[in-house]
Amino acid sequence: MPILEVRDLHKSFGRNKVLDGISFSLDQGATLAVIGSSGSGKTTLLRCLNFLEQPDHGNILVNGQTIFDAKDAPMLTEHSKRQKRFHFGLVFQSFNLFPQYTVLKNITLAVELLAKGQAGKPDFTGIETQARDLLTQMGLIDKEAFYPYQLSGGQQQRVAIARALALKPEILCFDEPTSALDPELTGEVLKVVRELAQKKTTMVIVTHEMAFARDVADHVLYMDEGRIIEEGSSEQVFSQPAHERTKQFLSRFSGGSA
Amino acid sequence: MTEIQSILLRLWDSFGLNIRLFGLTLVCALPLGLGIAFLSMSRVKVIAWCSKTLVWVIRGTPLMLQVLIIFFAPGLLNLGAPWGSGASARFAAATVAFIINYACYFSEIFRGGILGVPIGQQEAGEVLGMTRAQIFYRVTLLQVIKRILPAMSNEVITLVKDTSLARIISIKEIIMMAQEYTAKGLIWPLFSTGLFFLAFVGLLTLLFNYLERKLDYIKV
Ligand SMILES: Nc1ncnc2c1ncn2[C@@H]1O[C@H](COP(=O)(O)OP(=O)(O)OP(=O)(O)O)[C@@H](O)[C@H]1O
Ligand SMILES: [Mg+2]
Repeated sequence: MPILEVRDLHKSFGRNKVLDGISFSLDQGATLAVIGSSGSGKTTLLRCLNFLEQPDHGNILVNGQTIFDAKDAPMLTEHSKRQKRFHFGLVFQSFNLFPQYTVLKNITLAVELLAKGQAGKPDFTGIETQARDLLTQMGLIDKEAFYPYQLSGGQQQRVAIARALALKPEILCFDEPTSALDPELTGEVLKVVRELAQKKTTMVIVTHEMAFARDVADHVLYMDEGRIIEEGSSEQVFSQPAHERTKQFLSRFSGGSA
Repeated sequence: MTEIQSILLRLWDSFGLNIRLFGLTLVCALPLGLGIAFLSMSRVKVIAWCSKTLVWVIRGTPLMLQVLIIFFAPGLLNLGAPWGSGASARFAAATVAFIINYACYFSEIFRGGILGVPIGQQEAGEVLGMTRAQIFYRVTLLQVIKRILPAMSNEVITLVKDTSLARIISIKEIIMMAQEYTAKGLIWPLFSTGLFFLAFVGLLTLLFNYLERKLDYIKV
């Protein structure tokens, strides 16, 4: 059984149809890369998975359980939305770290708030220990007392990844995690994402880094105008794309960094 | 006690009224202003419209007029005497007028400050499973305070000086008191009131500078 299943997702903004019947599934421990030109709906897809946007139609299933059904959406309470969010984590293009907190607090804040809301005494020491482990994993253990503005973009993005991981999401989503970075800083971020893939973290990665997608992803979706034009193993999509549009899209990138 | 000392002492006493009016207004208008800011941003159009209209009317008319209306209107409209009688009634009416007026000004500052915080901050809180209240108090609020501090400091300093308007309903605040001496041919008490204001505003300026330094570590 796939860990994530998306069925016939539709989303419009006014008359602009942004997702036009998106269906795919993802296995536990697999890495999915979503590629496609600007405006094809990649961000919107991630935002739908993370309940930042509400699809007009379709279902989202995690571990075989329907966590979103557009038919029931009007009844969705703030509380149940929050519960369902915990299946997913999202790393933003622009990091969105909290400027008033240190690196460590950025990572622990949500976990602490969650623990406070639950029965029993919150284990703050345990939460901090876990956060430090994540920082070590991100290669940032010496930065725990820093504020976000004191870090480079690449370091900030790694903190954001640690922050998302701290809640132990089943599926971690990335929206172009390196697009806001100077070219020389993308490597350090891609490196930790690659390590996560090796550890079998289930991930959905929207990216324009074709070489990286080819290298890291088990599975690739190519989106255009709100539809999935092509999907398959990364080998298949990158080496033998079946569709003309995929070929054109990929050829635009082959001259560049890929 | 010399005459100078006793005059200064009486001025200082009446300045107490200015300071009390200032303090009460600040303490009540800040939370009320935040409430009005939220109403103005309400997704329910009618609520937002009502709130914005209130702000428009209050900001569009003189505070002096508002003080007069709030003090005299209940009596003229036969609504009884909500303010009671005597000096305390006048002070109560002035305080209410000031609170409403400043809450409306503050609400616009709050609104600007809240809208100025990037939406990504709110969304980051949401995807981390925080509640709306948690996001507001733990993520947004301090960033709002940081952003609005300069505008707030302006407004608060204006409030100090506006307290003198209370004299329009015969509240014996410091300038009114000084004018009694002017009528008797003494001009220096009137000048000296300026020093009271200067000193108080000076203290507030120091306080705001301190707060700004305290929040310097937040880069928004
Ligand atoms: N909140 C919104 N309101 C209205 N239109 C929106 C909104 N969000 C996205 N859109 C529109 O949806 C379309 C798809 O946007 P989306 O951000 O999902 O594309 P994308 O594939 O992520 O593009 P990019 O590669 O540039 O990030 C665009 O035409 C965009 O203008
Ligand atoms: Mg995008």
